[in-house]
Amino acid sequence: MTRRVLWMLRDSWVEAERHLRIIPRNIELLIFAAIQPIMFLVLFVYVFGGSIVIPGFDDYDQFLMPGIFAQTLVFGSAFTGIGLADDLQKGLVDRLRSLPMSRSAVIIGRTVSDLVRNLFTFAVMIAVALAIGFRFTGGAWNAVVATVLLVLFSYALSWVQAIIGLSVTSVEAANSAGFIWMFPLTFVSSAFVDPSTMPGWLRTVADANPFTLVTDAARALYNGNPVGNDAWWSLAWSVGLIAVFSALATRKFSRSTSG
Amino acid sequence: MPTTPAVEMRGVVKRFGETLALDGVNLSVPTGAVYGLLGPNGAGKTTSVRVLTTLLTPDAGEARIDGIDVVADPHAVRRRIGLTGQYAAVEERLTARENLDYVGRLFHLPRSQVRQRASDLLERFDLADAADRVVKGFSGGMRRRLDIAMSLIAEPSVLFLDEPTTGLDPRSRLGMWDVIAELAADGTTVLLTTQYLEEADRLAEQIVVIDHGRVIAEGTPEQLKARIGGALLSVRIARPENRDRALGALTPLCTGPVDVSPDDVAFSAPIIAGDGVVPGVIRALDDVGVDVLDVEVRKPSLDDVFLALTGHTASSEEES
Repeated sequence: MTRRVLWMLRDSWVEAERHLRIIPRNIELLIFAAIQPIMFLVLFVYVFGGSIVIPGFDDYDQFLMPGIFAQTLVFGSAFTGIGLADDLQKGLVDRLRSLPMSRSAVIIGRTVSDLVRNLFTFAVMIAVALAIGFRFTGGAWNAVVATVLLVLFSYALSWVQAIIGLSVTSVEAANSAGFIWMFPLTFVSSAFVDPSTMPGWLRTVADANPFTLVTDAARALYNGNPVGNDAWWSLAWSVGLIAVFSALATRKFSRSTSG
Repeated sequence: MPTTPAVEMRGVVKRFGETLALDGVNLSVPTGAVYGLLGPNGAGKTTSVRVLTTLLTPDAGEARIDGIDVVADPHAVRRRIGLTGQYAAVEERLTARENLDYVGRLFHLPRSQVRQRASDLLERFDLADAADRVVKGFSGGMRRRLDIAMSLIAEPSVLFLDEPTTGLDPRSRLGMWDVIAELAADGTTVLLTTQYLEEADRLAEQIVVIDHGRVIAEGTPEQLKARIGGALLSVRIARPENRDRALGALTPLCTGPVDVSPDDVAFSAPIIAGDGVVPGVIRALDDVGVDVLDVEVRKPSLDDVFLALTGHTASSEEES
């Protein structure tokens, strides 16, 4: 048993290293990974910033920016599905499945390396946010906890994306299928506006959306507002999603063949 | 006591929904042998390889590698096999050496051993100069060579090559043949699949012909070719009304039934190739007063083997 866990960790690291090694070689990808969050921040803050008033927030930017942080991190999870679809299409999954390696390592390695890339994106975004006036009014510790909650939720969704990537037959399909549900997930939530302004049925959806929960928890922590049980609930959602979807994704991987 | 075969399939059945991909396949490859699995697209070649390499679970029957059941102990099987699939399964963003290192580590080999073995393989597969270049810029032939090198990193006891030359240009194909012939000479057990009789003939000591998920013939290339007479005669005559006379003249010269085209002017049949065959055919037809337009004796193709074995051609089967 211990041996199996050790193998899993080692194989996962070999897989993660495969992807991480490539990051510094692909400067274009790095540049775009940095530009996207900057664009999101600047667009949202300057386009909507002046026209929206949120009860309880003097400054819409302090409300909005944690929402954008959350959305950007969650969008980053789509890379997991795209990468796995690419491995599948190129026949690499067949090769990996014929090796005496851990079954779950391929997806663990992939999700972990995507997490590293996501953290890079996040760091760039925080720097830009601070430059355009965002402040961690809740203090450093709360900001760290908030960031961990957001990153963990994005990591959980990358296991969902893994299943999508292994279910479609092309990288192009993985791209569409991976991003399309991100829009309702992140917009029908508290990320950009107060859900109480939405029509009744939509508000019900937004309130039930786990993304609302995670965003609310992170926003409260970044701003030093009372967070209540939101932090625990968002942690529970992330852990639950990882538990369920890692089992499903590994099962899916063990049955996937190219072509 | 008979020795355990390196590869064994007994009554293997695999269904995909309505389609019966494998309909009771039996196969036995002795250690050190090179076997060719020959058949058209959709015959069940790739499915057989996928069952043997633990990628697919059979619905019935048994498959073993070195006596180890692929379903009962897939992990032990994976340690013994190398797989080169239909696509060159390489990580194109890494260099050739990094690819070998990557797979070697996933086999849990010691780092120093991987490094040494990678250098040897790069040398052997003529990739030493390109070793530290990113694979993205490699030609199709180079990718395939790297792919095979990756399959050999852990010195597998059985190597599976699924259509190793599909998609390669003629020169790379010849290069790949040399590589496989060398592996065979080294004593590696190889099971390769191919759609080309010429390829199986050149590389395999034993050919297993598969169609509709069943093994329909097995033998050395010579034995198989003997079943269709070793060569194929085709004749074209000028006037369809001479059909019966031409058929009468040709039949005694051929080693099998003579096939006549619907328009009654084209004939084909297996024949023993040799000096004087073509003049002999022309003379025989001339003796009965049949005007000949064209006489040709050629090597049999996969289509001819299939025609002789099954009564239908491999390519017409693909369309249906």
